[in-house]
Amino acid sequence: MRQYSSLRRNLTGYAFISPFIIGFLGFTLIPMFVSLYMSFTSYNLFTSPRWIGLDNYTKMFFDDPKYWNSVKVTFLYVFIGVPLRLIFALFVAMVLNTGSRMIGTYRTLYYLPSIIGGSVAVSIMWRNLFSNEGVINSALTAIGIGPISWFGDPNASLVMLISLSVWQFGSSMLIFLAGLKNISPEMYEAAGVDGANPVRKFFSITLPLLSPIVLFNMIMQTIGAFMTFVPAYIISKGEGGPMDGTMLYSLYLFRQAFMFNNMGYASAMAWIMLIMIGMLTVAVFLTSKYWVFYESEGGK
Amino acid sequence: MVWRNVKWPIYHLFVAALALLMLYPVLWMLFSSFKESRTIFVTADSLFPTKWIWSNYVDGWKGTAGRPFMDYITNSLVIVVISTIGAVISSSLIAFGFARLSFKGRSFWFSIMMLTLMLPHDVVLVPQYIIFTKLGWLNTILPIVVPTFFGMPFFIFLMVQFIRTIPKELDEAATIDGCNKFRLYIQIIMPLIKSSLATAAIFSFYWRWEDLLGPVLYLNSPEKYTVSMALKMFLDSESASNWGAMFAMSIVSLVPVVAVFFIFQKQIVQGMSTSGLKG
Repeated sequence: MRQYSSLRRNLTGYAFISPFIIGFLGFTLIPMFVSLYMSFTSYNLFTSPRWIGLDNYTKMFFDDPKYWNSVKVTFLYVFIGVPLRLIFALFVAMVLNTGSRMIGTYRTLYYLPSIIGGSVAVSIMWRNLFSNEGVINSALTAIGIGPISWFGDPNASLVMLISLSVWQFGSSMLIFLAGLKNISPEMYEAAGVDGANPVRKFFSITLPLLSPIVLFNMIMQTIGAFMTFVPAYIISKGEGGPMDGTMLYSLYLFRQAFMFNNMGYASAMAWIMLIMIGMLTVAVFLTSKYWVFYESEGGK
Repeated sequence: MVWRNVKWPIYHLFVAALALLMLYPVLWMLFSSFKESRTIFVTADSLFPTKWIWSNYVDGWKGTAGRPFMDYITNSLVIVVISTIGAVISSSLIAFGFARLSFKGRSFWFSIMMLTLMLPHDVVLVPQYIIFTKLGWLNTILPIVVPTFFGMPFFIFLMVQFIRTIPKELDEAATIDGCNKFRLYIQIIMPLIKSSLATAAIFSFYWRWEDLLGPVLYLNSPEKYTVSMALKMFLDSESASNWGAMFAMSIVSLVPVVAVFFIFQKQIVQGMSTSGLKG
C-alpha cells in the first residue's frame, strides 16, 4: 500500500514536469549530441555528413584568421561592454536609491531603453544616429573631435556596438536597486558615527553587501553579451563589417551555418563557445569566494 | 543651510538631464519619423521637424515587398499569442511540479533546468535547424512556437520562486478536502500566482515580438514575415532611401512594446528585480 502511494506520488510529479523533460530531450539534449557529432563532420545540409575528425577544430584554430578576429571582437565587446554596463547600472541605481517620490518615474525612464533594446527598430535607429551626418557626429564636430567614420573604421564600429549595449543597462539597474533597498539605513548611520566618508561607506558597506547581486548580474550579462546577435546583424547589414569590425562570434557562426552552409564548422564553433562560457562562469564562481560576501556567513 | 535648499533641485536636475540623454535617441527617431526623408540627415542635429510630414506613416503603412504593413503585424501577433499561451501554461504546470510536489529526482531535474537557463542558444541552433528542416517545418511558424509549449526555463524559475512564497498549509487543507493535485494547481495555485503569470506573459510578448533570428531562419516567404523582418527589409531597400517611412514603421513596431510597458510597469519591474535575488 505504501509502495503504491509513493509510486503514485512520483508519477504525479513526473506528469507535471514531463513537458520540461520532453522538451529538454527533444530541443536541447539530442540537438547537443547531434551538434557534437556534426562538429566532426563536413556537412552542407544537402549531402550526408562526412566524418573528417578534428579538421573543423584545427581549421578554426590554425587556419582561419576570421575566426580569431571574431573571438577578439567578441572578447572586446564582452569585457569592455559588460563592466561598463554594470558600473553604469550600479551608479544610476545608487543615484535613484533615495527617498525621492519621483523615483518611480525615473526608474521607468531609465528602464525603457532596455525594454525596447532587443528590437530591430532600435538597431536601425542606432545605425542612423552614427551615420556620417548623424547626431553623434554633429555633436562630436561641435566639440572639436570628429566627425568619425563609424562605418569605415572597425574599432569605431565596435565602439558603436558597445555603446548600444551600455545604453541598455536597465535590467541590471533594477536588480541592483532591489538589492540596495535591502541594505538597512542603520548600517550607514553607524558607519557615519564612526566617521566614514561616502567613498568608504561605498567600499565597506554597499559593495560587499551587494556582491552576490554583482555576481549574478555579471554572469547573466556575460552570457547574454557572448550571444549578442541582432545589433551586429542589423548595424552591419549582416556583413559584420567594416573589415569584420562588428563580426561578433554569433554572427560569424550564423554566417558559417546559414550563408555558407558549413553546418559542421558552425557546430564546432558552437562547442568552443560553450566551453569558453563554461570556463568563464566557473572562473567567476571560483574567484567569487574572495569577493562575494554572504551575510549568513557572518563576517568577511 | 543653503545646501539643504538647493540639494534637491540639483538632484532632480541631474537625474532628469541624464534621463533625457538616455531617451534622446528614441525621441530623435520619433521626431525623425515626421521629417521629410531627404531632410532627416541634413537636420539630424535638430530634434523637431520644421514641417510635420504625416505621409511617412501612410507610406510606411503601405508596407514593403508588396505587402501591407498590417500583414506583418498580424503575422507577429499570431506568433506572439500562440507562443505566449504555450509558454505560460506549460511553465506554470512545470513550476507547480517543482515547487509543490515531492518525487524522486526532483532536485536533479531542477538543476538541469537551471543549467539550461545558462546554456548559450547557439549550441543548439544548428541541430535544431536541421531537425526542423527534416520534419518539413521550414517556412512555417512551428519551429518558433512549438518549443514554447515545453516550458521556458526563465519563466519556470520565476514561478517556482513565487509559488514557494505561498504557505503550504493551503495545499494540506485542500488535500484534506479531497482536492487532487491537478485541481490544486488549477483552482488554488494558479489564481494565487496571477502576477507571475502576467510577468511571464509580458516577457514572452517582448521576446517574440522583437525576435529576429527565429523568423530569419525559418520563414522564407514574405507573406509569413514578421514585423522585425519587415523593418529589416525597409533597411535593405535603403537605395530607395525612404527614411521617413522606415522610421515611421520603426515607431509603429515599438508602440505595442511601450504601451505594454506603461500598462504593466509595476509587474515588469517587480518581475525583473526579484528574479535575481532569491535562489
